[in-house]
This record gives sequence, C-alpha cells and structure tokens, in this order.
Amino acid sequence: MFSRDNWKEIFETIQKNKLRTFLSGFTVALGILIFVVLYGFGNGLINTFNEFFEDDATNTFFVFPGRTSKPYKGYKSNRQIEFDNTDLADIEESFPLFLEYISPRVDRSGMVKYKNESNNYTTRGVSDAYQFAEKTVIMKGRYLNRVDIEEKAKYAVIGRLVEQDLFKNENALGKYIDITGSAFKVIGVFQDEAGDDEERRIYIPYTTRQLIEKNTDKVDQIVIGFKTEIGYAGAMTFERKLGDFLREKKFIDPNDERGFFIRNVADQLKQNQQFAGVLQIIVAFVAFGTIIAGIIGISNIMVFVVKERTKEIGIRKALGATPRSVISTILLESVFITTISGIFGMIVGVAMLSSLGDTLEDYFITNPFINMGTAIFSTIVLIFFGGLAGYIPARRAARIKPIVALRDE
Amino acid sequence: MIEIKNLHKSYKMGKNSLHVLKGINFSVEEGELVAIMGSSGSGKSTLLNILGMLDELDEGTYTLDGVPIKNLNETKAAQYRNKFLGFIFQSFNLINYKSAAENVALPLYYQRVGRKERQEKALKYLEQVGLKQWATHLPSELSGGQKQRVAIARAMAAEPKVLLADEPTGALDSKTSYEVMDLIQKINDQGNTILVVTHEEDIAHMCKRIVHLKDGVIVEDKKVEQVRAEQYV
Repeated sequence: MFSRDNWKEIFETIQKNKLRTFLSGFTVALGILIFVVLYGFGNGLINTFNEFFEDDATNTFFVFPGRTSKPYKGYKSNRQIEFDNTDLADIEESFPLFLEYISPRVDRSGMVKYKNESNNYTTRGVSDAYQFAEKTVIMKGRYLNRVDIEEKAKYAVIGRLVEQDLFKNENALGKYIDITGSAFKVIGVFQDEAGDDEERRIYIPYTTRQLIEKNTDKVDQIVIGFKTEIGYAGAMTFERKLGDFLREKKFIDPNDERGFFIRNVADQLKQNQQFAGVLQIIVAFVAFGTIIAGIIGISNIMVFVVKERTKEIGIRKALGATPRSVISTILLESVFITTISGIFGMIVGVAMLSSLGDTLEDYFITNPFINMGTAIFSTIVLIFFGGLAGYIPARRAARIKPIVALRDE
Repeated sequence: MIEIKNLHKSYKMGKNSLHVLKGINFSVEEGELVAIMGSSGSGKSTLLNILGMLDELDEGTYTLDGVPIKNLNETKAAQYRNKFLGFIFQSFNLINYKSAAENVALPLYYQRVGRKERQEKALKYLEQVGLKQWATHLPSELSGGQKQRVAIARAMAAEPKVLLADEPTGALDSKTSYEVMDLIQKINDQGNTILVVTHEEDIAHMCKRIVHLKDGVIVEDKKVEQVRAEQYV
C-alpha cells in the first residue's frame, strides 16, 4: 500500500490533474485558515472582555446611602440615611469571618494648584485599605498608610496624569499642592489600568477630609473587601447579613430596600463569567460550523472527483485493479492533498494571528491566539473526515462493475 | 482454452426478467481467432462480458485455461482478469492523462512488475504496434487508429491467455479498421487466442471462425477461409 510505485502513481495523478488538486487543497486550506483565524479572534474577544473586568478587585461590596421608603419605629419615610465612622468600626467588628478590609469613600471635586498650574480634579478621601479595592499600582513614593489616617495627615497620592498636568517634567514627590485652599504633601504617584479618568484622581486620608469639613464624622460610601476564600455563596450570605445588620442599626424597615444599596461585585463577576462562557460557546459554535463547512466542502469535491474518475476506475478494474487498490489509490491521494494543504492553511492562519498582535485592539480583539493543540486537532479532524469523505464514494466506485463504469461517459 | 456449457443469463428489469442468453455451448481452442456476430440484442456483448469476467453467469459452467470461473469475489475476478485476459474496447478506453507508454504499462503495474521492466515491456509492445516514437504522447494527441493500437499494445502487455475485442473497429473508418485487423491477425499468427465481437461481415471474415448469435442462442458456428487484411492496407 505504501510502496514507492504506489506513491509515484499518486504523484503522477496529482501532477496531471492540477485543477482538481488545487480545488480540493484550496477548500481544506481555506477551511482550516478560517477556523484558526476565527477561533483566534474569539479568544481575542475573550481577552478584551477579561481585561475590562480585571481592573478592579472582584471581592468587593460598595454600600451607597439612600432614602427610606417606609416609616419604621417612629421614623418617617423618605429619611436620608448617612454613614459615619462608627458604622465602619461596627461592620469591622461584626463580620471578622467575612471581612478582609473596609474603607470609606468621600469624593469631592475642586481646584488643585501647583505653582502656576491648576486644574479641576476629584479628590477622594479613603483609608489605606482602599488600594486593594482599586488595585492601584504605585509608580513612585508610597500609598497612604494607617498612621496617615490616624494622624489626619495632609498627604496626597496623585494620579500619573495629575503629575503630568501640574508638574510637567518636575518630580512631584515631596512637593506641596493646594487642594481647595489646603496644602497637601505629595507622597506617591500611582497608575491605574482603567485609564485616564482614574489616573486624574487624588487620594487623601478620609480623616483629613473630615477634619477640613468642620471635623464631621460622616462618610459618603463604604467599600468592603471580603475574603476570597468564602466563595460566591459566602459572598451572597455576607451581603444578606450586612444588609440586615445595617437596616437594624439605622432603624430601617426590614423590608425597605431603599435605605441604602449594596453593589456586590461578586454577583457581577458571576454574570461576567457567564457572559464570557456564552462568548466561548459562540466562538466554539462558529469554529465548529467552519469545520463542518470545510468537511462538506471536501466531501463535495471528493464525490465529484470519484464521479469524474468512474470511467478511469472501470478501465483500471478491467486491467486487473483490485477494489482494494482502487480505494487505496483514491484515498491516499485525498489524504495526501488534505494533509499538505491542511498543514499549510494551519500555518498561514497561525502566522496571520501572531502577526496581527494588538493591531485590532480598537475592534475589541486583544492578542488573538489559538493554542497549537486545538489547531493541530482540528486539522487532523478535517484530514480524517476528508479521507472518510473520499472513502465512501471510492468504495462505491470500487464496487460497481467495470462494465457499468466503462459505459459511463 | 475456453469451455462454456449450457450458459444462461437473464437481467431483472423491475418485475420482468429478460432472458438474454438461453443455453450457450461453446468452446475455443488455443490459437483460434473467433468472430462473434449478431444483431444488437442478440446477446453477443453479454457473452463477451461473461467471458471477460466483467459480468456473472446465472447457470452453466465456464472454464478458462482449465480454471473454473464461478463465484469469484471482486478481488479474485480482478486478479484473473489481469492474469488471463486482455481487453480491447470500441471506445479505446485509454486513461487520458497518461502517455501511451504509461497506458500500456498499467496492467503490468497491477501485476506488480518492477518499474524498469514495465517501461521496457511497454516500449516493446508499442514497437510491435508501430508506435514506439509516440510513446510519450497523450491519447488526445493520437488518431483513432493509433489509439486503438495503443489499446491493443496494452491488452498484449500483460501477456494474457485470451484477447477479448468488443467492436474493435466500431469507431474507425474502413482503412483504419483494416489496419487494426491486420494487427490482430498478426498477433493471432503468433499463437494468441482472440475473440472479436463485431456486426460487420467483412471484419468477421478476417477471422478464422464465425459464431452467429440470435436471440440468445448460437444459430451458426462455422470455420471460414480467412481474408487477410494486409491486402487492403
């Protein structure tokens, strides 16, 4: 079956039927090429998607105050709920099993000046733990620490773009900036993957902010990080218990959903993961469809090839070709063509993907890739089905009586 | 060489059965040149197909060179065809993308003869039919008579026991027909057994024996004085 003569016969047939060879080879190469590129784009889409949501920590609750919608224990409805420092301490004390860190968040926007440069920025009063919630990366200097919070230090950590705007080429570290009339010492510069908006922020201790605002103890929002090991179910339990706890403490009707709001990133994370999963399924479906289309394409060509060769098969049989040799000649030829062109299509596809790199980032495709295993596996699948598609009509052709095949015009 | 006894063959056409051969008794000695004649529908092609193992018989016995031919599977039939028989067809049936020499070498390929020997033998038989200088040409570059001569060389190449020719001159003009018959006669002169199916009287008389078929039975089987084709060439 694999003798040199047999191969010579196959090569001669291939050489002398260039159009046929080209058509079947082209179908296979194109099928694999499209599969590889589509699959790679799908992966690129998933990459982009993951990047969007990797920016912030995912083990986080945001608690926003609201207005009550029901009267309760003598309090009227439509009462504004406010959080203060005792709430922070109470939550920290009540949920040691769930809680990883807690930080308030007090946003104020206002004019920030350095020498002659000035601009409007959001200044965010936070505690030291807030760094985890935003996944803030310090470029130079340091972030706020516990001592800064306790001492109500007039320290500021500024975004990369704030430094660029106000300090031009100067080093901001150790310099003093004027935030709405108070001088703050710059102790750190940070960057954040989320981009421009976040890098135009200034972080100061929330206690300092409270001091400036007539020594109040109010905080706007509360950011809570929970321990990742409690898992999704644990996070949901924590959210429920935290809600009950705050409603009781703030005298809100247990059924009143509007006193405050808890945004649970874990819940979102789950949805996001489901969305990514759906994306993966769509990609797999499209890729699967492409392979099926490729198989149908190669099957069509094989049926055509065998049909075209029916008379030749009849002649060969009359001259003494056994059914086995007829099948093996046709099959080896088709497997040979599909293998060569399949590998060719695969290599071109992989090369295309790796040359694309990040050039399609504007179209939400980041770093498209296909792992070699998937590429090789799908190539083998296509070769296998190409062979099978050749085998079925070849077997039928080998079975027809030579006299019938000879009459075929 | 060929021994046929009480041969029956019928084709099923839906519910009806068409009885084509109705008890043929027929034998051919080695070295004979036999013409099988008959109008269309007389069963002569069916008889040739059965002789060529391209079709199966329903009833009776068929012995070829002492070997009983029955219940052959496809593979066995292919091997017997290759070993015992050479075919010459009305429409030549050359493989159009192979050169004359490659066409002639094809039966040898199926006999697993080595490449070099195949080429040598192919050239030898092409020389016998006078087409050595056309060895590398494709069938499309040859005339009808040349194609038939290539086909005859191909049938000879396997050195079969019997040559079966189905209307070998059917697609040729008279002059070319006589050239082909001249070649067939010369091959017969070398001692080869040849059966020729034809419906042309003059072609039939260039054989040594004529068998007339009518409605599935042999109505006449006679030896004739051979007319040499040479004189018309």
